[in-house]
Amino acid sequence: MECPKCRGHMRMFDRNGIHIEQCDNCKGIFLDYGELETLTRMETQWAQQQYAPPPAPGGPAWGAPHGGHGGHYGHHGHRNRSWVGMLFSS
Amino acid sequence: MLKEDAASATLIDELVRLAPGDGPVTVLKDTRVLVVRVGDVVVKAHPPGTVERDLRSRLDAARGLPGVMLAPLALEHLEHRERPEHRKQPEHREQPEHPERPEHAGDRLVTIWPAGEALSPDDLADGTMPQDAWEGGARLLARLHATPPPGGIPQAGGPDRLGKAIAELARVADSADTWQIRDVMRIRQAYETLAGPLRAADQGGPPPGARLALTHGDWHLGQLVRHEGAWLLIDPDDLGVGDPAWDLARPAAWFASGLLDPDLWHTFLSAYIGAGGTAVSHDDPWRELDLPARALTVQLAATATATAMRAGSALDEVAAALVSSCGRIVAAAG
Repeated sequence: MECPKCRGHMRMFDRNGIHIEQCDNCKGIFLDYGELETLTRMETQWAQQQYAPPPAPGGPAWGAPHGGHGGHYGHHGHRNRSWVGMLFSS
Repeated sequence: MLKEDAASATLIDELVRLAPGDGPVTVLKDTRVLVVRVGDVVVKAHPPGTVERDLRSRLDAARGLPGVMLAPLALEHLEHRERPEHRKQPEHREQPEHPERPEHAGDRLVTIWPAGEALSPDDLADGTMPQDAWEGGARLLARLHATPPPGGIPQAGGPDRLGKAIAELARVADSADTWQIRDVMRIRQAYETLAGPLRAADQGGPPPGARLALTHGDWHLGQLVRHEGAWLLIDPDDLGVGDPAWDLARPAAWFASGLLDPDLWHTFLSAYIGAGGTAVSHDDPWRELDLPARALTVQLAATATATAMRAGSALDEVAAALVSSCGRIVAAAG
């Protein structure tokens, strides 16, 4: 397929169920019918997940994402002093 | 401050005098309560205004829970005196025949306990946190919750702390710079999401429909000691009838805020359920935990933020995690 803009060669990709063509030359992207809506829907789902992460198994709806950025606990005894204090006080 | 230090030093001397024996003196805690170890015993001055009848009832309950709670050795009265250098006066000893006698503002109730080996922050700091402390604590709470509450025991403490923490935050926020106003507002908004039943609990009544049980009322890792080779719960100051899920709510709040390692949380919760703990449903523990864990999150966030504002410093990582949880509580409620 030829790029409608620059006549470059369009290469086809499949990403997460979305079928897109990208021009090797100008990097422009061509979407088939309905694919913009699919992308919008996926973007919304992604945003909702970021806003209110689904609870880890056995956690509340408002729980922090554990591991990675959300986890403050250490594995080698490196622990925040105020955190340790909190474990031991009312 | 000097005056307070002097008063505190005087009180320490008085507690040492009340100890039945001698030995090295260590001040373990000096806040609303004063706790001093003297040799093999621990002497504790309860907060001013502690109701003697309630404390007696709680001490009796602790005595009736061998293997679960540490039992007290004695209850004493420390009367406010203008000249605190008076020597020990035997007439201030326990007087069960006059439990209702009027007390003066400066009077303190004092309890004496066998000294246990407390789990200390150092156990965590050096990475040798005994895993069995979490499990031991969970099993003890399960056994406590399975015990029929003795007649006449007051309500468990706990829910009343949330309102106090919010009031204190408002007080500090009033007199501080307002650059943390967004944090304060987020905490307040999260507080507003806590539904009517919690407000009722906050104002002294049990939440309607809650499963009521004998509840510790202030459980955290500092409430565990090893005594004669076994873990025991200490501090019955808030022991009473309440919703037992509140005893799990503090670790639940830590876990939900990403502070407590999920493995440790699951170790704790599994040990509790495995020991027959009745505070939560086994298929969905968060059904019961959600409300008290939100309450504890808001309470801990309020306390940590007030502490930072008082010190004029930014929120540390722990406080920020709790305030961030408040934001998610608001989002999840909306």
